[in-house]
Amino acid sequence: MKYLLTCLLASMLLAMPLAGKAALTIEITGGVEGALPIAVVPFDTSKLSSKLPVDLASIVSSDLNRSGVLKVMERSQLPANPHYSNQVQYQRWRSAGQEYLVVGRVREESPGLYTIEFQLLDVLKQKQLLGRSMKAKKRNLRSRAHQISDFIYEQITGTRGAFNTRIAYIRAHKDSARKYVLQVADSDGFNAQNVLESDEPIMSPSWSPDGKSLAYVSFENRRPEIYIQHLATARRSKIAGFRGLNGAPSWSPDGKFLALVLSKDGSPDIYTLNTSTKRLKRLTKHRAIDTEPVWTRDGRSIIFTSDRSGTPQLYRVGVDGGRPKRITFEGRYNTAASLSPDGKYLTMVHGDQGQYKIAQLERESGNLTVLTDGSLDESPSFSPNGKMVLYASTRGNNGFLFAVSIDGRAKHKLSDQAGDIREPVWGPFESK
Amino acid sequence: MKRNEMFKSWLLAGLLALFITACATTQEEITEDGPPPEDETQMGTGVVTDDGTGVDATGVAGVDDAGTTAITDEGPMTALEMLEQTEGALSNRTIYFEFDSAKLTSESIEILEVHGNFIAGNGEVSVRLEGHADERGSREYNIALGDRRAQSVRRVLLFQGASTDQVDTVSYGEEQPAMQGHNEEAWAKNRRVELIYTVN
Repeated sequence: MKYLLTCLLASMLLAMPLAGKAALTIEITGGVEGALPIAVVPFDTSKLSSKLPVDLASIVSSDLNRSGVLKVMERSQLPANPHYSNQVQYQRWRSAGQEYLVVGRVREESPGLYTIEFQLLDVLKQKQLLGRSMKAKKRNLRSRAHQISDFIYEQITGTRGAFNTRIAYIRAHKDSARKYVLQVADSDGFNAQNVLESDEPIMSPSWSPDGKSLAYVSFENRRPEIYIQHLATARRSKIAGFRGLNGAPSWSPDGKFLALVLSKDGSPDIYTLNTSTKRLKRLTKHRAIDTEPVWTRDGRSIIFTSDRSGTPQLYRVGVDGGRPKRITFEGRYNTAASLSPDGKYLTMVHGDQGQYKIAQLERESGNLTVLTDGSLDESPSFSPNGKMVLYASTRGNNGFLFAVSIDGRAKHKLSDQAGDIREPVWGPFESK
Repeated sequence: MKRNEMFKSWLLAGLLALFITACATTQEEITEDGPPPEDETQMGTGVVTDDGTGVDATGVAGVDDAGTTAITDEGPMTALEMLEQTEGALSNRTIYFEFDSAKLTSESIEILEVHGNFIAGNGEVSVRLEGHADERGSREYNIALGDRRAQSVRRVLLFQGASTDQVDTVSYGEEQPAMQGHNEEAWAKNRRVELIYTVN
C-alpha cells in the first residue's frame, strides 16, 4: 500500500534539480529614440580547436538592445572586424555613427576551458573605457556573455546591469499529462530548466534573496499549500499547509521570513512565518480579502492588496502590525504590487474600464503611469536593478512574458512555442 | 420546515437500506456527468454486486431490467440515488457569480437550501466546494475571491444544518476555467462554485 502510494505521488509530481534545456526566444517589440549607438564586433575565435557552442557577441548585442538604453549596430553594417583595441581605426566607427565599440577574443587554455578578453572603447575620445579577462567553462559561456553585458551597461550608464540574472515562471500545457511546470531561465529566456512538474496547479513563485531557493504554491494535494524548494538539490519541504488558503509567499529581504496569506482564522489575512522556528505572526485581521504581500526593502513593512474599501487597492502595514495605510487611490482595481529596489516605485495590475494593464506609481509624487498596452496583463516584477519590469500578458489563447523599461519606452517579448506562460518573477543579482 | 420533515422521513425509511449497503459501499465520488439511474423511483434495496465491490447505479437498474421489481412511488431513496437524479435542485451543482463578487442570487440561495437540507439529512454525505474566478486581474486575488465565493456557499449549507465536518472548501482562483475564452460569456461561466459530492 505504501509502495502504491509512493508510485502514485511520483506519477503526479516531479521535482528536479536544475538541468535540461528548452529555450524562449526574444522579440523586441518597441524601438527607442535616443538610445546610444554601440557596435559589438564578433569575438575572435579563430584560434580555437573547435567552434564555440554560442556566439558571445550576439548574446551581448541582444542584451544591450533589450535594455532600450543602447542601440547595437547591425552586424552586416560593421565597417571593420577588429579584435584588439590597437587594430581599431576610430575614424571609421565615428563616420559610421557609433559612440561605443566592443572588441574581444577567446583563447582555449585546455579543452573546454577558455579565457575571454574584451574591451569597451569610447569612439569619440578614442580610448579604452573598460577591459576585462575572464575564465569560462563551456557550460557557463552564456552566463559569461551576460556578465560582459553587465560590465558594459554599468560602465556606460552607471547602473548595475541585470543581464546575468535568472527568472522563474509557470508554464501550463493545456493538453499534457503534467500540465503545470515551474521553470527557471536566464533573464533573456534561454537555458530554461524545470524545477517542478505537476498535474495540479503551481502558483506564485518567490525567490529567496540569495537566489538559491524558490517558495511557491502547489495544489498537489488538491488544495493550495506552500513549499520551499532548493534549486540545486531539488530538496523541498512544505512550509504551510493550514486549513483554507495558503498562498502568495514572499521572502523577506534578510531571507529569514516568509510573508504569506492564510485563511485558517477566517478570511484571507497577511501573516509572517519565521522559516526556521516556524513561528507565525498575524499582521492583518479584517473580514475583507488581504493578499499578495511584498516586503519593503528595509524589511520593516509589507505592502499588500485588500478590498476592505470595497475595491481591491494597495495598503501598507508595519511588520509589527498596526493599522494599514492605503497607498493607491486612482482606479477601481490595483493589485499585485512589486516594489522597485530603491523603494521609489511601485508597479501593480491596474484595472480600468475592463482593461488590465501594468501601471507604475511614483510613491513620492503619487503619479500613476500606465506602462503596458495589453488588456490582460498581470504579475509585474522588477528587475534587480530597477530598470525593467517583467510581466505576463495573455494574447490569444496563451500567456507570454514581456519586459518593459520603467520609462515605458522599450519593450520586448520573451516568446515561446509551447504552453501558456505566466507569473514571472525576476530573481536577485548573482552574488559578485 | 415541511421540506425538512420530508427529508427526515425519507432518511428514516432509508436507514435500513443504508445499513445494508454501508458495509459494502466504498467511497464513491459523484460527478455531474455520472450515469443517471434508468428508473429514478428505484428503491435502494442494497443490491451488492457479485464481486462485493459495492452498490452501483447501473447494477440497480439492471435489476429493474430483469423485471424483478416492486417499486412504490413513496419509496425512500439512498443519498446516492438522490444525487444521481438528473432533475431538481440537487442536480444543480454549479453556482455562478458576478464580477469581483461573492454575493448569492436568490435563485442560488434556494438551490443551496435544498443542498443544505440534503446534506443535513444525510450524514454519510460530504461536499467539497470548489471556488473559481474569471481570468481578469491578479491570480492570488482571484484565489481569495474563489475562496470567498466558496465561503458564501458554505454559510448557506451550514445554516440549513449541514455540519462543518461535511463541508470542505478550496479555491482554484482562475487556474481551472470551465470555459476557455477571453469574453464575458466565458468569464460568466468561470465565476463559479462547484459542489462536488462524496458519499461515504
